[in-house]
Amino acid sequence: MKKEQLLDLYYQMVLIRRVEERGAELYQAGKIGGFMHLYIGQEAVSTGLIAAREPRDRVITAYRDHGVALNCGISANQVMAELLGKATGMSKGKGGSMHMASVEKNMWGGHAIVGGHIPIAAGLALGDQYAGNDNVTICMFGDGATNIGYFHEGLNLSKVWGLRVLWVCENNQYGMGTSVERASAVDEIRQKAEGYRMKNAAVNGMDVMAVYEAAKEAIAYVRTESQPYFLEVNTYRFRGHSMGDPERYRKAEEVKKWQENDPIGIFNKYLLDKKIASRKALDEIEARVEEEVQKAVEFAEASPEPALEELFTDVYAE
Amino acid sequence: MTKITMREAISQALMEEMDRDPAVFILGEEVGVWGGTYAVTKGFYDKYGPQRVKDTPIAENAIIGAAIGAAMVGQRPVAELMTINFAFSAMDYIVNQAAKLRYMFGGQFTLPLVIRAVGGGGRQLGATHSQTPDAIFAHFPGLKVVSPGTPADAKGLLKSAIRSNDPILFIEHATMYQVRGEVPEGEVLIPIGKSKVQREGSDLTIVTYCKGLELSMKAADELAKEGIEAEIVDLRTLRPLDMEPVLESFKKTNRAIVVEEGWKSYGVGAEIVSRIYEEAFDYVDAPILRVAQKEVPLPYNRTLEQAALPQVPDIIAAAKEVLK
Ligand SMILES: Cc1ncc(C[n+]2csc(CCOP(=O)(O)OP(=O)(O)O)c2C)c(N)n1
Ligand SMILES: [Mg+2]
Repeated sequence: MKKEQLLDLYYQMVLIRRVEERGAELYQAGKIGGFMHLYIGQEAVSTGLIAAREPRDRVITAYRDHGVALNCGISANQVMAELLGKATGMSKGKGGSMHMASVEKNMWGGHAIVGGHIPIAAGLALGDQYAGNDNVTICMFGDGATNIGYFHEGLNLSKVWGLRVLWVCENNQYGMGTSVERASAVDEIRQKAEGYRMKNAAVNGMDVMAVYEAAKEAIAYVRTESQPYFLEVNTYRFRGHSMGDPERYRKAEEVKKWQENDPIGIFNKYLLDKKIASRKALDEIEARVEEEVQKAVEFAEASPEPALEELFTDVYAE
Repeated sequence: MTKITMREAISQALMEEMDRDPAVFILGEEVGVWGGTYAVTKGFYDKYGPQRVKDTPIAENAIIGAAIGAAMVGQRPVAELMTINFAFSAMDYIVNQAAKLRYMFGGQFTLPLVIRAVGGGGRQLGATHSQTPDAIFAHFPGLKVVSPGTPADAKGLLKSAIRSNDPILFIEHATMYQVRGEVPEGEVLIPIGKSKVQREGSDLTIVTYCKGLELSMKAADELAKEGIEAEIVDLRTLRPLDMEPVLESFKKTNRAIVVEEGWKSYGVGAEIVSRIYEEAFDYVDAPILRVAQKEVPLPYNRTLEQAALPQVPDIIAAAKEVLK
């Protein structure tokens, strides 16, 4: 990767972190409502993954979607506006935190029914297969989602029909308060792909370069072989499941241990150690992000509420 | 009488029945270590242990399917669906299995199963997480559907539901856990399938249940200030539906509105209005009106969401309309 690209990855990860930190403040202040699931700690996963796609490759994910949205090129302004439920959000304030999507950026949503989007991802790939192109669909989901039937139906179908899907399990060790061992018969989740004779790998999700390399290889395989591929990415969410999680199910020491493995810190050190960037250059990126996020908050706050008529639009196309 | 919250009432009902009958156990997502997403089962895991308070994987079909199986062989599972929206992920088990197995096998076994589910909008959770699909479930013979509007009813109905030998969907409302109400001390058992007059009045009848009761009570207080006395009949159980108190009230007032949170089309109101026309047509003095949710999926934006949900002023306006 070129230096500019590497610095751009750093910028994206810091951007996700700051957008969410500000989002959390706005939530506490009552300006954001509903459920909001933070991606903090997992930034390297979608940043590395999406850097490896071509723009024509599709992305679909679950409700923990702010990072994915930003990585796909949706602006901080739009993300913040959607969080505040404003007309300038990409879903016009109708979707909120869990439903970020931009067809223009080939980002097919945040989906709030656990595992529900997995067969839909197979369908995106089916549409492309039917059209005769070799686009890849990247479908992200949590460890908990691999225990629901949707997951197994979607995986099986993708293999039987040779659909171009890169299945990405973000194993952040818990589905809400339930650890992987308490909910899944296999704790190494990629073994589930073995059951469908699907090529698979596991990667350290705190290392953006490792995720990028693994994704690059996986996407090339999916595209050329016309076969699905399963990537398990091991990561951790530093915050609660959603805002207001009492976190009774895990110990503070465990969280602390993972936080020492901060993906942004790791990448910061990598860039410095390899002399790819100076401390000053990284500081400048952080300052640029700070300004961008501040502007996004101002934009979102100044944006209008959706008009009341919007309540009745988009129900049907005709 | 002591005043407790809806949350405490439901929690007490569960605990009392678990203490009374070792066949009663709870299963569902985050019911144990977490203490329940809405904190209804807080403390249960420590008290009863993982054998009787089972955290499940995220697998709604398996939760309801396994609960059905355990009920068939004589246990009394209380399955919790984190929200009723996830009932759609287990739809086959609820409406195609639980509702039919006993009948299909000629009554050879009973299905003492309770499915607790949290429904309702108003929390900005977006289209897939905010629904009030009660009427859909009430459509199926073989399933009973209960949805209380006061803490006392919640406690008494849940206890009866756990003791019942039929599959029962017990629907709670996400915004009502802090609602306080008087609950009698000691054993509270309220029969399934009995509607109740919650407020007496002679000018019009408001038929409602669950969240609609809370809203209708407020509307009735406002109407009373203008000298209009509404009688409120709380259905409490949607199936089997007890029309007696509704008809009795209607024969007195000759005017009615139905208030529900779900969508108007094919809803609870449609059923009630038809029954009144079928069974008390001679008493009708004005068209019966329905107050319900606008025909849209619920949006995230707070203002739009509130505009889509039925509100107290909508009830007042409908009441005045039928009194014209
Ligand atoms: C079908 C369904 N069941 C339950 C839920 C409630 N729920 C939302 S997120 C979640 C945990 C999912 O865990 P995981 O897949 O590991 O993703 P993570 O939140 O860790 O990113 C649950 C149980 C839901 N949204 N949909
Ligand atoms: Mg998880």
